[in-house]
Amino acid sequence: MEQALAGIKVLDLTHYIAGPYCTKMLADYGAEVIKIEKPGGGDVARRMAPFLGDDPHPEKSGLFLYLNTNKRSITLNLKSKRGVLIFKELVKDSDILVENFSPRVMPDLGLDYENLERLNPRLIMTSISNFGQSGPYRDYRATEIVADAMGGWSTIIGHPDREPLKPGGNQAQFVAGLFGAVGTMGAFYGQEATGTGQHLDISIMDAVLYIQMNITSMYSYDQVIRKRYGNRVWPFPGGILPCKDGYIGAITVTAEKWPILCHWMGMPELIEDPRFLTANERSEHVDELDAIMISWLVQHDAEELFREAQKRGLPFGLPASTKMLLESRHLEERDYFVEVDHPVTGRIRYPGAQVKMGNLPYELKRAPLLGEHNEEVYRDQLGYSKNDLVKLREQGVI
Amino acid sequence: MPKLPLEGVRVIDLSMWFAGPMAGRLLADMGAEVIKIESLRHIDPWRGPVSAAVIRERFPNRVVSDRPYDCSPGFNLQNRNKYGITLDLGTDMGKELLQKLVGIGDVVLENYSPRIMANFGLDYPALKKVNPGIIMMSLPALGRTGPDKDCLAFGQTIDCLSGMAYLTGYIGEEPMLQSGLSYGDPLSGMNAAFAVIAALRARRRSGKGLHIDLSQVEGVIAFNADAVMDYTMNGRVRQRIGNRHPSMAPHGCYRCKGEDSWVVIAIPSDIAWQRFCGVMGQPSWTGHERFATTLSRYQHQDELDRLIEVWTLKHDHYEVMRILQQADIAAGPVLDAKELLEEPHLNQRGLFEAVAHPEAGTHPYIGMFARFSKTPISIRMPAPRVGEHNQYVFGELLGLSEEEMAQLKEQGIIGNTPFEVQQGGMY
Repeated sequence: MEQALAGIKVLDLTHYIAGPYCTKMLADYGAEVIKIEKPGGGDVARRMAPFLGDDPHPEKSGLFLYLNTNKRSITLNLKSKRGVLIFKELVKDSDILVENFSPRVMPDLGLDYENLERLNPRLIMTSISNFGQSGPYRDYRATEIVADAMGGWSTIIGHPDREPLKPGGNQAQFVAGLFGAVGTMGAFYGQEATGTGQHLDISIMDAVLYIQMNITSMYSYDQVIRKRYGNRVWPFPGGILPCKDGYIGAITVTAEKWPILCHWMGMPELIEDPRFLTANERSEHVDELDAIMISWLVQHDAEELFREAQKRGLPFGLPASTKMLLESRHLEERDYFVEVDHPVTGRIRYPGAQVKMGNLPYELKRAPLLGEHNEEVYRDQLGYSKNDLVKLREQGVI
Repeated sequence: MPKLPLEGVRVIDLSMWFAGPMAGRLLADMGAEVIKIESLRHIDPWRGPVSAAVIRERFPNRVVSDRPYDCSPGFNLQNRNKYGITLDLGTDMGKELLQKLVGIGDVVLENYSPRIMANFGLDYPALKKVNPGIIMMSLPALGRTGPDKDCLAFGQTIDCLSGMAYLTGYIGEEPMLQSGLSYGDPLSGMNAAFAVIAALRARRRSGKGLHIDLSQVEGVIAFNADAVMDYTMNGRVRQRIGNRHPSMAPHGCYRCKGEDSWVVIAIPSDIAWQRFCGVMGQPSWTGHERFATTLSRYQHQDELDRLIEVWTLKHDHYEVMRILQQADIAAGPVLDAKELLEEPHLNQRGLFEAVAHPEAGTHPYIGMFARFSKTPISIRMPAPRVGEHNQYVFGELLGLSEEEMAQLKEQGIIGNTPFEVQQGGMY
């Protein structure tokens, strides 16, 4: 039985996080992904922490290893004329091309969509960039924190009287990468029926906005500017609060959970307490409510609170560290983490499948070494001889 | 008009709230015919309280018609481009009609807990009998298997269980929720949309349907893979670092002129640092040895951030962005909802689309997640009113007669007005 995306040929010009996550989704579900890297250094993510043993070796970056599973790697210098010609040969044979350079790069190389479309009219080209391929901020610089701020994410995280917070990690970039995968699949599905390719323009700033629940609609409908509420799930009681051995997500979320919580805490008199009865009342007395809940929570461990809450139909959550995730019995029984072997790092556990495609096969094959598939692709696929390859290497083309 | 990418694909959407509906939104945005099913006993909770009085108390400025459940901003954003019908799946007739729909559908979307579909007699084996090519997409919070599969989880629960909360927060302080954004939901919706299209493509080649599923928690774990790898490779448990970066300094959020107005700045190198000093007018403190290299700046970040804020406080946050971007420095304002709607870059790119809704009036909505050059996608239809497309789906698609539909309406199996019994809902 073949994987869902078997036979789809993807040419991967991406680097760092957003682009590679898009092509990782395609690769992990069966597409043949050829990753093009700069000769010498390769993908910049190879130089990003965390490294195995904190050794900054280009084959030991955990981020790179995770993002580039199931791909083949060739080196190619697009700044050379010969490199561009070879690239065009590869494009002719590809269904999909993904890139996440800043918007001037591909046109400056003569590799914008209009040019590539002539070579291959069925090509789906997906471009992921910070602010999109057009608009006043097109050439602006951005990093994760900038995308989080400008996309409307930071405005809703943090304590009301302190600076807004970015979400931990590199969320905006992963989100944009996943949108890249969704859009690319949609466009490819359409192309398989009509034969017409097209160009997808994905902006990381737009991506952050698209996943918002409703802050802009809330402003338009209610003239309310949604701001940050710290750890509260406003307007409901609770949030992440201290407990005996750490923190617990004392989540109630809907109004009918409140009496259940009061009974459990042994404080049934709170159910009808006017200070906590409506959303408006609670906003005024929220510190008092937190204090009452904390006084009870600090008598119990997080794990106990989580289990007991769930038994009572309360959607409490345990704020898990990475250690707790790796020790989770639930995740272990689901075989969520997958061990991947690698010639330089040995066996390491990686996060596994994002979706389970029924009975179709799934395998996490390791990320490629830099230029590992030069022979396979240039010789077997493009027909270059061994001598050709030696010359190309000497000329710095590969 | 060129065919939209998913034109011809029919999705039967049983999901509610955010995760499933996000998948439906993406598929509908790309041209699929998404038929959203609600029960009159239990409309999508995101439509908010049924009572206009409650809504007036909580949202005094909202313009509410005599169908307040058709005037919810969150619902109307998430459910545009979808057809809406009502159906009571607790009745035999309701189940029979659903099976008929499955017979003419390609995809079934659901985000109930695993027991419920089986209880309805609508699990995958049952649907497969009706339509062997059906693709069923299930989005349970913790997955269909595993000891915790029956846990009750809302978005904030998933923030906790996935590790997202542990990694978000002020440096050295408590874990924080992605309050105001149920993060696991849209991620799962996106993963589901990807999986559905992949399954449709696979079906073209194999002729076979599939039951696809995911775990919302696992979708979020993947996005913190670097933190996971640091543990599996090095045994290190990543902690919260606020707005800081593992290696860049300065890197943070700085107060600007005005009320609760902020800008973020990220300086990756000594060269960028030099430009930054220049732009600030070379204040004397910048010449100090403490701030000479990335490493020394990193070590003195508390002081560095306070000094930078002296400068940013003199400027409006958009101004800081313009000044720094002109010097090739990554910086941007923290934008709130009002500023986003007025944002010049977003408006020039047409991200917001003004759509007229028959009950809620005309509002701008966040538009598309990507620009498609040859098959431009957009908001074609506002979100459906309760039962709005009953006539189209039952009458035209399933061929029921007027009398049959009238009878169903009388029995309360289909209709346009929800029953009074409603839970409190999200708002």
